[in-house]
Amino acid sequence: MFSFIIKRAMSAIPTLLFLVIFSFVLMRLAPGGPFTSERALPPQVLANIEAKYGLDQPWLIQIWRYISGIVTQFDFGPSFRYKDQTVNSILTQGFSVTLVYGFWSFVVAVGVGLPLGIIAAIKHNSWLDYLAVGISIGAAVLPNFVMAPILVILFALVLPNLTNGVISLPGGGWNGGQIQYIIMPVIALSTSYMASIARIARSSMLEVLNSNFIRTAKAKGLPMSSIIMKHAIKPALLPVVSYLGPAFVGMITGSVIIDVYFSTGGMGQYFVDAATNRDYSLLMGATIIFGSLTILFNMIADILYAWLDPKIRLA
Amino acid sequence: MLVNREKMAGVVDALSNGKEVEGRSLWQDAWERFQRNKAAVVSVVVLALMVVLSFVGPALAPWTYEEIDWNIIGNAAQSGFPSIASGHFFGTDDLGRDIFARTMQGTQISLLVGLVGTSVAVVLGVLYGATAGYVGGRVDNYMMRFVDLLMSIPYMFILIILFVMFGRSLWLLFMGLGLFSWMDMARIVRGQTLSIKNKEYIEASVAAGVGTFTIIIRHVLPNLMGIVAVYTTLLIPGLILTESFISFLGLGVQEPLTSWGALISDGAKTIQYGTPWQLAFPLGFFIVGLFCFYFIGDGLRDALDPKDR
Repeated sequence: MFSFIIKRAMSAIPTLLFLVIFSFVLMRLAPGGPFTSERALPPQVLANIEAKYGLDQPWLIQIWRYISGIVTQFDFGPSFRYKDQTVNSILTQGFSVTLVYGFWSFVVAVGVGLPLGIIAAIKHNSWLDYLAVGISIGAAVLPNFVMAPILVILFALVLPNLTNGVISLPGGGWNGGQIQYIIMPVIALSTSYMASIARIARSSMLEVLNSNFIRTAKAKGLPMSSIIMKHAIKPALLPVVSYLGPAFVGMITGSVIIDVYFSTGGMGQYFVDAATNRDYSLLMGATIIFGSLTILFNMIADILYAWLDPKIRLA
Repeated sequence: MLVNREKMAGVVDALSNGKEVEGRSLWQDAWERFQRNKAAVVSVVVLALMVVLSFVGPALAPWTYEEIDWNIIGNAAQSGFPSIASGHFFGTDDLGRDIFARTMQGTQISLLVGLVGTSVAVVLGVLYGATAGYVGGRVDNYMMRFVDLLMSIPYMFILIILFVMFGRSLWLLFMGLGLFSWMDMARIVRGQTLSIKNKEYIEASVAAGVGTFTIIIRHVLPNLMGIVAVYTTLLIPGLILTESFISFLGLGVQEPLTSWGALISDGAKTIQYGTPWQLAFPLGFFIVGLFCFYFIGDGLRDALDPKDR
């Protein structure tokens, strides 16, 4: 197990390096720089500014400086656009918002989706099963950018009118992550993944419950509860675990929509702004952190999978 | 005996007359199974109607997708509601543009993006996966490692950067979406190729001296078609979703062209002005369209997936 973890962790490094170099080259290839504007600067001034940010150096030197800065001092450099802020401070600010509701979305998606799917499989062909299937089919076509406006209509227009304003939620804003500000982002972000997790959990649990070893367990007279807890859950979890990686990536990506639509002040908003402003350093910093989160989480999911399934670990 | 006498007689008759039983191909078999899935068949019909409507509709509408109704501009909440009399069947947006014509146009673009992007992904993924699986060994190992590497990159961010940097065009949308979604296909195809590779007919063609590339094209690919077809129908809605996601952020296709995502985005932004039709109609098309693709994909999987037989 330990050697598997080490091996898996080592393979994350080239991926990250590839991501850094790829996004670096992409940004340098693009026409127009961060300091090109409508009002052309005198060439000498432009040259001085570029020299200050190290943009006059050859690419290889630039990228070497950038990577070594991150590795040695965890320094993502100054922002090209926000003159008074470093990329580090913007990243800290943005991710502290995004990660809070991202975390809760993930908890809700797994915490609701998984039990829903498993119970639906155990109570196969009952009303609960049909409800779960209905929800998971319906939610499959309700991605975050569809959920977000629907929630706003629901919470800002319909519910306050129906309940004479007793139930009303402030739309947008962050306000320290209080629960009434966080509820819409979390629902919008988690719904479709909750549905997918429920669907996967249900079908894999059904498959396991129909397998021979469960029949044997039933035949030798084990009570249903211990069959499920001791024998069925673990193999049924495998497909769910392998979906957690993509689900997490989807949520990280979806957070861009949430940040932009609900104006949470999270990282997604900064990312889109940085892209339109050609703020190279912020854009790269954000891409690297988003990418690292993705890679890290895929790694955790893989390790979890190997822990559950010895075939992977020992192969 | 409980055996149906007439049936038995029929069988005996058929056997004694030496009639040859007509063979059924994999595709005939699959087609029959697909027809039995009602949701999938209905979805095909609905989707076909949607495509026809999106091409015929603009001809019936009195307004084009970029025309501005100057009587309504700035006053969409009061006079831009859906009505047959004004010719705005689905109402107008806040600029006075006809939502019906725009939805039709958006449907065309969204489906086009889904289809072309998927084609790029399918061609790339199938060739890559089949090559990796067929060649095998170290080449296979390296090729799949590269796929793993690409898959752990959050490609949406790269796509957003691409759109901002290189401008918004349909071409970039097609290529960008296609180039970032072939990896799953490559994995599936590789797995399937590995099992096909060991079949006797491949051995026979190797023995007959057929070249590697010809074997892949002539003998491996046709046998992959089932699983590729299933996965393709599931890839299309995925790409439509991705395109909508990008359009929702205000990137994606360039005005006055539009797409489902762009229309939903516009509708969502103007919801507080009291123009719910601006969101409702494109959203309805979007949801119905995606449902259809999912059901068709499910039906195809039931019909073609060898695992379930």
